[in-house]
Amino acid sequence: MSVSVRDEDVADAAGGREEGRRRRSVALLGSLLRPVRGPAWGTVLLVVAAQGAQVAGPALVAAGLDRGLPALRDGDPVPLLLAAGGYVVTALLGGVLTAATVRASARVSQAILLDLRRRVFRHTQLLSLEFHERYTSGRIISRQTSDLDAVRELLDGGITTLATSGLAMLLTAASLTVLDWRSGAVLLVAVIPGAILTRWFQTRSQVTYRRSRTASARLIVRFVETMTGMRAVQAFRREAAERRRYGDRAEEYRSANDAAIRLNGVFDTGLTLIGNLTVATVLVVGGLRVLHGGIDVGVLVAAVLYARRFFAPLSQIGMFYNSFQSANAALEKLATLLAEEPTVPAPQHPVALATPRGDVRFEAVEFGYGTGPVVLPRFDLHLPAGRTVALVGETGAGKSTVAKLLARFYDPRHGRVLLDGVDLRDLDPADLRRAVVMVTQEAYLFSGSVAANIALGRPGATRAEIERAARAVGVHDLVASLPAGYDTLVDKRGVRLSAGQRQLVSFARAFLADPALLVLDEATSSLDVPGERLVQDGLRTLLADRSAVVIAHRLSTVMTADRVLVVARGRVVEDGSPDELVRAGGRFAALHAEWRASVGGAGLV
Amino acid sequence: MSSSSLWRLREWARPALARVALGGLAGLGASLLALAVPQVLRVVVNGPLLSGGHSGAVVLAAGLVAALGLLEAFFVWSRRALIASPGTTVEREMRTALFAHLLDLPMAFHDRWAGGQLLSRAMSDLSIVRRWMVFGLAMMVVSVATTLVGVGLMLATSWQLGLVYVAGAVPVVWLGFRFRQDYKVVARRARDQAGDLATTVEESVHGIRVLKAFGRGDDALEDFAQQADELRSTEIVKARTLSRITFALGALPELVLALSLGVGVWLASAGDLTVGDLVAFFATAAVVNTPVERLGQLLAMTMDARTAADRYLEVMDTVAALTDPARPRALPEPPAAGTRVELSGVHLRHAGQGAGTPDVLDGVDLVLEPGETLALVGLTGTGKSTLLSLIPRLLDVTDGSVRLDGVDVRDVGRAELRAAVAVAFEDPVLFSASVRENVLLGTPGLSDAEAEERARGALEVASASFVEDLPDGMDTVIGEEGLSLSGGQRQRVALARAIAVRPRVLVLDDPLSALDVATEAVVTERLRQTLTGTTTLVVAHRPSTVALADRVAVLQDGRITAVGRHTDLLAEHAHYRYVLTAMTEPAPDSAVGVTR
Repeated sequence: MSVSVRDEDVADAAGGREEGRRRRSVALLGSLLRPVRGPAWGTVLLVVAAQGAQVAGPALVAAGLDRGLPALRDGDPVPLLLAAGGYVVTALLGGVLTAATVRASARVSQAILLDLRRRVFRHTQLLSLEFHERYTSGRIISRQTSDLDAVRELLDGGITTLATSGLAMLLTAASLTVLDWRSGAVLLVAVIPGAILTRWFQTRSQVTYRRSRTASARLIVRFVETMTGMRAVQAFRREAAERRRYGDRAEEYRSANDAAIRLNGVFDTGLTLIGNLTVATVLVVGGLRVLHGGIDVGVLVAAVLYARRFFAPLSQIGMFYNSFQSANAALEKLATLLAEEPTVPAPQHPVALATPRGDVRFEAVEFGYGTGPVVLPRFDLHLPAGRTVALVGETGAGKSTVAKLLARFYDPRHGRVLLDGVDLRDLDPADLRRAVVMVTQEAYLFSGSVAANIALGRPGATRAEIERAARAVGVHDLVASLPAGYDTLVDKRGVRLSAGQRQLVSFARAFLADPALLVLDEATSSLDVPGERLVQDGLRTLLADRSAVVIAHRLSTVMTADRVLVVARGRVVEDGSPDELVRAGGRFAALHAEWRASVGGAGLV
Repeated sequence: MSSSSLWRLREWARPALARVALGGLAGLGASLLALAVPQVLRVVVNGPLLSGGHSGAVVLAAGLVAALGLLEAFFVWSRRALIASPGTTVEREMRTALFAHLLDLPMAFHDRWAGGQLLSRAMSDLSIVRRWMVFGLAMMVVSVATTLVGVGLMLATSWQLGLVYVAGAVPVVWLGFRFRQDYKVVARRARDQAGDLATTVEESVHGIRVLKAFGRGDDALEDFAQQADELRSTEIVKARTLSRITFALGALPELVLALSLGVGVWLASAGDLTVGDLVAFFATAAVVNTPVERLGQLLAMTMDARTAADRYLEVMDTVAALTDPARPRALPEPPAAGTRVELSGVHLRHAGQGAGTPDVLDGVDLVLEPGETLALVGLTGTGKSTLLSLIPRLLDVTDGSVRLDGVDVRDVGRAELRAAVAVAFEDPVLFSASVRENVLLGTPGLSDAEAEERARGALEVASASFVEDLPDGMDTVIGEEGLSLSGGQRQRVALARAIAVRPRVLVLDDPLSALDVATEAVVTERLRQTLTGTTTLVVAHRPSTVALADRVAVLQDGRITAVGRHTDLLAEHAHYRYVLTAMTEPAPDSAVGVTR
């Protein structure tokens, strides 16, 4: 998973359709900001006001010295009280406004994040399986976790810090210029090396940042791989070798961090240097003018204080530059994901199917995955309602493809798949899901209780109904023996079920859903023989009067079907009841003979 | 424990201590120099500026400020330069020490600990410790020293103004610390909720087929949106806490300055204070404000580092329960007929097992005769895989013994034992390396030609002909960082890996479960030929795998209830028949078991 993510990062860095990506990400940002326009502008005003209050300090100090002191000596306390009182007011105001900024910006950024999270989640759910298989789960997950985190980090503190710092510098410079334009001019000159240094730092830090991120990803991959494979590492005495490999990666990471710390050190040093030299220059320029009576001492003091303040925010900007960069990249990737169109679109005018029977017809269906080769060439098939049909054939013969087309995980390239005479592409999605349920080899359980996992088949089912489903597939005794019965959690914090047990639970799910057509794709592969038998007994009741398509390697499952289709290279090559096919002596008969031999005795089914 | 955990880190930090201390001194120097600038300012204001002195003095003073500034910059640079390497080196040493320790801990430990818990200790906790060591520790000393010196200077300049400042600074430090503690609680909650949200995302992606098959996408979105909204509320609470810190740290120091302005100008008008003193006071306050505000943050950082150190030491303090014997015995030369494996009176109980439950293995007696292949059959969850793990000593027996050619496995060094016993697991883990390296994982020190022949032979037996079709054949990199193989392909590579060792004892855990019927038949036939002379124990779920074996042992309720030939057992042993063919009802107490 981490590999594909990295490949994509590389591809992104390489450029390509750069323009389009940027446009999309700007458009996404715009659409995210539109609903929170009002509060966003309010936050901007708060930031400006807060900075204004903060920047007034040195000017008030100057006023206190230059006006308050002489006036007080003359017995007039009013100017001093005004200056000090003004300072108190701006201090409180500054504090309140800054605090309000923090709250307001959190409200705005959290609203944006919630919106973005929902959009991405909904969109990935809408996208077809073809997309999920092509894009890989790892990348979809990292879009929704680490990329959203990058955006969050920027929104969380980055934007306000950037705005506040930038504004603080601007206002400081403006105040100084208003106070004494000559000192302002000195500051303006000092901005040039400051800007050059910051630009240099940005470029360099981007490189070190990437390097450190890559190194940490590689280190994590090694760690995770070794921990996951610990059994094999110890069994094959790989401890020393793994220690060496990990040590190398740890050194890579260390040296990347070392470089990053040093780079920051150079930047900080440069800022300190420029700041101090500016103070010295302001002091000499201002001091000489005080001597000649050009300005008052208070103004000089204020100028020195402003000059000291001016460069401090730059180090903040430098720190947030990286988060700005990664958020920008993340936003581009998210915009690209959101621009994906589902290849299995919902019908424009959905046809309802209130009481499905489960009659299936493939009419001249041609199918291949993506732009790949044809897997099913002109496939015609009629499965009358109420029968159990087994599909048999080698891996890659096209059995699973038939199952996926039935569940409309994909649409055919040509031809139609009909359920009770309705093209699946026109069928109301809700009715389709009620009518057709597919159980696959990987029995996925969601974290939550066993009951909740079974109830996924029919939300709102009562406990009694859930239990009945569990009994029907023979998993009730197992569930009852768990620490909290049906309320036992099945996740990392709870009980870990074996692959076979998970398959039983997912069978109960399908049983509860009670569809007109049940599709089983290798759904019994992880069960041991007694478990498989239990499921078969349950299926016999479930399938008594409905349609089923069963795909299985194990002949024990196939032999219970009404009809068997042997598929090879996307075509049906044998068709008949199990007994007929065994008698006919074709491929199926050969498979059957092998299986009988391995069970090792007559009379065993 | 926790108060001493940071102190205990000196074990790893010792080589770096000298440079960290020097770096701290540099930091201190920088801070003190920054404090010297206002003093120059004071002299200039009081001297030439107010008493109409000459311009040369002003230029000289400015030159002095510039020189001090240069020196300060130099110190700022030295601090980072001095601490960066030793700090990151200590982090690396701690990290590799943790990794080495984890490699030494037995499977019983790894089964209990979630991978994420270990990863977060290896990555983020150690980063926190490093940041504290590189930045926090030194800055703590520097900030305290700077504050003390600065406050001293202010008091010396004017004790009244100094007192005003101290009265303001104490609550700033305290509030800064206090609020950060509150903040950490909310921040922790937000992190947990974000973690849960990530889990929901992961499940919605991994379970996409289920969600689509049942049309439950909207329900999933609803759950997700609700969770995301909870996270949003927590983030808002977090911002509210943060805004309190911001208010306290933003307004208090400025209020102190406002008060000082009033008091200072009043004092100056009374002649108790010069204008230069007042200027110096404000300039000093501007310098000292930074470390004062930082102290609260540094205290919080130290607390975090302590928690991180605790979490790290928690793992490092875990004593490996399964170690090499003090004086390891060597295994005897392998007998010509093959190695004899003997399990007698073996009991095994997992650490977390509830009282009153029977042992997983409850007195197993089993002998593998030299060179024979024995199949182990039992229901899911009866402890077959656990039993296999005892032979290469990935687990230790709770009671009883496992012997190879008469030697207890606990008396042999782990490396020697595991060279003699090779395993293929049901769920095979391959490593990010070429197919060749994966197959030759357990056979170091072969010549190139030998290695080539060994790898080809092993892959041949495992019917892994698909390897030839991979982009770079045997040199194709597979695993997490390379090409991903299907379950059946991985199983065959893992099987080849075990065969390539040419071990005395081969242990196979349902090695063909992911293969289709035709491939399974081919592999079974080749294995039968290859295994002659190698004592083999194989777990089987299907009759086709049993076909590999000379004899079969039935594991039932923690004991071996029968050993014999497949056909005989099928005829005579009811439970065996039930396990392999599901014929006849099981006894009520031996229903499908639960793995915890």
